[in-house]
Amino acid sequence: MSGAPVELDDVDDAVRVRMVVNGRKVACDVAPRDTLVDVLRGPLELTGTHAGCEMGACGACLVQLDGCAVHACLMFAVQADGARIDTIEGLSASGVIADLQAEFHRRNALQCGFCTPGMLMTAHELLSQVARPGREAIRDALSGNFCRCTGYEAIVDSIAAVAEARAAKAAEGSSR
Amino acid sequence: MTAPLTSLDRPNSYIGRSVPRPNAKRLLAGRGRYVTDLRLPRMLHAAFLRSPHAHARIISIDVDAARAQPGVHLVASGADLAMICTPWTGTLDHFKGMISEPQLPLPIDRAVWAGQAVVAVVAESRAIAEDALERITVDYEELPAVVDLDAARAPHAPLVNPAASSNICFRTQLDSGGVDEAFAAAAHVVEEEFGFGRHTPVTLEPRAIVADYEPDSGVLTVHHATQTPYQFQDLYSRHYGIPEARVRVIAPDIGGSFGMKLHVYHEDMAVVGLSILLGRPVKYVADRIESFVSDIHARDHHVRARMAVDADGKILAMDVVDVTAIGAFSTYPRTSVVEGNQVIRLIGAPYGFKSYRAALEVVFQNKVQTSQYRAVGHPIACAVTERMVDLAAERVGLDPLVMRANNVIADDAYPAASPTGYKFEALSHEACLRRLRAIMNYDSLRDEQAALRRRGVHRGIGIATFVEITNPSPAFYGVGGARISSQDGATISLTPSGEVRCAISVTEQGQGTEAIVSQIVAEQLGIAQEHVKVLTGDTEVTPHGGATWACRGAGIGGETALQAARQLKANILEIAALILQEQPAALDIVDGQVVSRSTQQPRLAVAEIARISYFRSDTLPPGTQAQLTVSHHFAPQGYPFAFTNGVQGCYLEVDVDTGFIKLLKHYVVEDCGRIINPMLVDEQLRGGVVQGLGAALFEECRYGETGQLLNGSLADYLVPMAMEMPDIVIDHVETPTADTILGAKGCGEAGTAAASACVLNAVNDALTPFGASINAIPITPARVLKALNRY
Repeated sequence: MSGAPVELDDVDDAVRVRMVVNGRKVACDVAPRDTLVDVLRGPLELTGTHAGCEMGACGACLVQLDGCAVHACLMFAVQADGARIDTIEGLSASGVIADLQAEFHRRNALQCGFCTPGMLMTAHELLSQVARPGREAIRDALSGNFCRCTGYEAIVDSIAAVAEARAAKAAEGSSR
Repeated sequence: MTAPLTSLDRPNSYIGRSVPRPNAKRLLAGRGRYVTDLRLPRMLHAAFLRSPHAHARIISIDVDAARAQPGVHLVASGADLAMICTPWTGTLDHFKGMISEPQLPLPIDRAVWAGQAVVAVVAESRAIAEDALERITVDYEELPAVVDLDAARAPHAPLVNPAASSNICFRTQLDSGGVDEAFAAAAHVVEEEFGFGRHTPVTLEPRAIVADYEPDSGVLTVHHATQTPYQFQDLYSRHYGIPEARVRVIAPDIGGSFGMKLHVYHEDMAVVGLSILLGRPVKYVADRIESFVSDIHARDHHVRARMAVDADGKILAMDVVDVTAIGAFSTYPRTSVVEGNQVIRLIGAPYGFKSYRAALEVVFQNKVQTSQYRAVGHPIACAVTERMVDLAAERVGLDPLVMRANNVIADDAYPAASPTGYKFEALSHEACLRRLRAIMNYDSLRDEQAALRRRGVHRGIGIATFVEITNPSPAFYGVGGARISSQDGATISLTPSGEVRCAISVTEQGQGTEAIVSQIVAEQLGIAQEHVKVLTGDTEVTPHGGATWACRGAGIGGETALQAARQLKANILEIAALILQEQPAALDIVDGQVVSRSTQQPRLAVAEIARISYFRSDTLPPGTQAQLTVSHHFAPQGYPFAFTNGVQGCYLEVDVDTGFIKLLKHYVVEDCGRIINPMLVDEQLRGGVVQGLGAALFEECRYGETGQLLNGSLADYLVPMAMEMPDIVIDHVETPTADTILGAKGCGEAGTAAASACVLNAVNDALTPFGASINAIPITPARVLKALNRY
């Protein structure tokens, strides 16, 4: 984890990285070996992004990089230089996933909540690409998100319900 | 979801309602506060060097280069920590004759599994600590490793513990008598041997701990991702010699536990010691590979079973032998014997036969410790029993549902006892079987199966009846000498503005403990739920209690909250009666108002009683001391355990060319007693079922011949993912326990208990036309093809 002062004999090998994180320009000094999830959770204190497997299998660390969901554990922070990063905190504050969050809450589509930010990232990306995915398509989209608590069904139900509600709202809007 | 139990038109009627969890919104916004997230001032980070050998003598450890590395604050070996930490032994007195070696945070002279932590480094960052690990040289002399269960039991097997005479940890047997006679008289005898793969809980948040010892005051604060903060307060106090009142354990948001985070782990104990040695906060979070090699594993069992039935298909007797391998130690403080003990005691539990004999043998091996994981022992007992029932039904020529209906203990026969002596207050197997038949549309499902089979599509239907043990009394651990509480405590207060605060010793890991406690308190007090704040998971805040495990959160924690709330209500009404010059019995509280019990007319706001009591006590009659805080404890009495019951059904399709299994639908009918929040109960069941389905089809810790874990990553160890899991249909029967006012029994483990048994039966049902049979889980494609002689 970067950020801590270290009694180093060697030359400081920190690299300055500039990103737009949740709409704000940030610059921070990172070690070349720091992953993006290390830097988000450490110096940037965005602890809503979680590290679950550190090999891109569980989806707990998903963030949006230039609008696409990526595993923050699979890329080095230096690779994100110049990128726009949106984390659960940013998507939450902007309100773009408020309907997903409300539906997850209503249907209890989370228990411990550790997978939840990653689930929401996947759901958000899916619904921005496919307006009304079927249950199979939702389950398929979630195939890279591990949840040990829920059994997935309530998550699938929530995403399906939000897709329907968004489609209904869009139809209402276009008929006006 | 079930019909609510109480009329919903009444204000503050919350028990039986699907109320969303108040604390879940925070988690949805990414504002969880997990131990993993915690950073304290001057906090350092620990990393551990682990044994590459499954069994090796530690000849020497050279840490000089690591110590000299910039950023390193401490390098500690077993001997360093042994100077401040007393050893522990994972045995319980009521398991007569069981043995286990004393354990220390880090070993001194011998490593006993591949992945065991041997040396600790504490540094400015985790990365620096890991760098330093590479500069440590440990000289090992490799010893013969005992890997396989059968190898551990072989005569002249190498010894896991050289001081012992064998690798046996524990042996026990049960015999009701009459078994040989029953088998001799039986019309049919069926036999099978079963294998159950070792698997592991895989919580998404790994184990995490921040220990913070403050040397000047001698206070130890441990932020610990655990289910059981009080148990750890006791353990840290006793093993590090710190007075209990100066040890505080805080369990904040926890990213999954399932029984895994209530055991003593060597690294966790070490981190406490490292903080004491440094006088600074020290953090350790297991990475995923470390989780696989050091979290408890579970369910490594071989079972041989026989069942005797008469010509009509009546079960007469069972005779079983269970052998299980538990790693090199028995886990502390709950032991690694409980699982096997529950296997042999739960086998046959739903059924009314009398003659039962079982033998259990628990053996050591050079692998990581096993212990309690969700539904402890139940999945094995259920799979063995239910497969035997199916084999017997097939032999007699009965449909599996009919076979079960003919043999379960009748709903009107309670109280009754299991063949192994468990006492059942009231179960509902017959009602559950009837419901299952209805929700599965069983007869038409059988028709569909037959029609598809003719077209070469091989679907299977599996049924599994189960009994689940909940709400344990001290008979579970306390009688064995473990300082593990079976009671819980709550401190409930009316705040000056008329709201309610309930600090309770049951804990929250996402199952909804805080939600149901607030429902119960709000209903009992007649206060709106949003005015009830529930606090959990901090030994400094709540009374001592057992916390959340063995499905005791609702049954014991819920009853504690209920009784505490009733006492507080009585105290509030006492003051109200004085103010209103009424008898307390003539008053009630509805929606935050004291009302006349007969007319329901509002008389006085509860907030006004609080205001007067806290700020104008001078206006109360002389001698009145308002007691608006109540502390109350509740321990289960009556039956030593509550039991829930239910039945599950599974519909799946086997691809006989590839061996792949597609789960089509899963069904559960469950009786957990009083349902407090139907939505949360259903979600507990679904999550539990999916953990059982993972065990049935995917999950197994695979080891090489030298005792190396071969699949210790989330890419190699398969867990159930969304695309492989079916929708799960749930229905309920409700038989509240009369041992408590609330009547809740618990529901956290029922799903896991029977899901794998169901799948095993369904796969075998699908394979019937081939005369093939499967007797081991996980049921991998290779196992299916082997059974079909196609691999």
